[in-house]
Amino acid sequence: MDARTQEFVEYVQGGGQVETGDWMPEDYRSKLVKFIEMHGNSELMGVLPEREWILRAPTLQRKLALTAKVQDEVGHAQLIYRVVEDLGKPREQSLADLISGKAKFHNVFHYPTKTWGDVGVIAWLVDAAAIISQKALLKCSYAPYARIMKKICWEESFHILHGRDVILTLMNGTDEQRELVQEAVTRWWPPLMMFHGNPIQPDEDPMVYWRIKSQGNEEARQQFLDGYVPQIWELGLTVPDPKLHKREDGVWEYTEPDWGELKRVVTGHGPKTAERLELRRRFLEQEAWVRDVVLAEAA
Amino acid sequence: MAIFEVFRQEKKGAPFTHAGSVVAPDARFAQAFAHEQYGRRQESEALWVVARDAVHEVHDFHDELEKTYHRVDGYSLKGKLKEARERAGTATS
Repeated sequence: MDARTQEFVEYVQGGGQVETGDWMPEDYRSKLVKFIEMHGNSELMGVLPEREWILRAPTLQRKLALTAKVQDEVGHAQLIYRVVEDLGKPREQSLADLISGKAKFHNVFHYPTKTWGDVGVIAWLVDAAAIISQKALLKCSYAPYARIMKKICWEESFHILHGRDVILTLMNGTDEQRELVQEAVTRWWPPLMMFHGNPIQPDEDPMVYWRIKSQGNEEARQQFLDGYVPQIWELGLTVPDPKLHKREDGVWEYTEPDWGELKRVVTGHGPKTAERLELRRRFLEQEAWVRDVVLAEAA
Repeated sequence: MAIFEVFRQEKKGAPFTHAGSVVAPDARFAQAFAHEQYGRRQESEALWVVARDAVHEVHDFHDELEKTYHRVDGYSLKGKLKEARERAGTATS
């Protein structure tokens, strides 16, 4: 490693932040693009499972709230792709790589939403898991990314409340509604446990090395379990893992998730991957005329 | 398409701080996009939407001469004040 790179590594590891125009090692730039692009893809693909429920939302209020959440997530994708563009990869290229299956997006967005209970569980628990990772990104060594994370975290907190409200309303309803929530929690638990990734040691994680992430995968998962398992239990819901408990030293023990499944799902073999990518592709084509008109209008 | 930087003011009297950027075909679209991204929940009092080309960044501030005389850390009054108080007979302990 040359002296300049060495100095850069020490700078970011010591908490230093980097701006777009600053010199940066190519390896750092490509890791940033990979990480941030995956986040953008996840925001964009993450709206699809929820979008399916806009027309089926049980009340007008819920329909409006869900639409607002979808708008927020698409807005996050736009902000994030902007950051990726400034690092050298155009948005068109990111979208092309997403649609062709070359780029990845988060595991949880490859699964179906079977009932309204799933919508509540996604907004509550999936967003809770996401906000833990995103809060840690407020300290990211790449400053433009850390800055937009402020707005993203702020909007995610509304999503979690909206999700909890959906869940609490169902839990205060009929036995059938409670059953709906329990089924959704049971269905979403395995993907939720995989969400923060395999327990790679922080010192072996290149994203931690460059301080793109400031938190290890297992640390994030422990924080999720500590914050949300008690909230699940207090509603009388159960988590489908007989091994799950908090040890006296505060560490949560759980059944090892199926890391093979995680790998299969994020490499494009999830139950809904092909269908959702096809939808994204179709819309990108279908709306191309809007971009053409806007550009012609402005020219 | 051009890049526009967005600065937002949270409340009246507060400074405008950099929030992010939008990409748009012209200033009118940039304003509409910024309005939607940074103000749809009334979280901003006002926005400055500035073409990136119009922002001139200046940096590299050096102090080769260590001019402490124009900074607060160039002045340490504690010892001198103590001595002055003793001279005036107003020292408390």
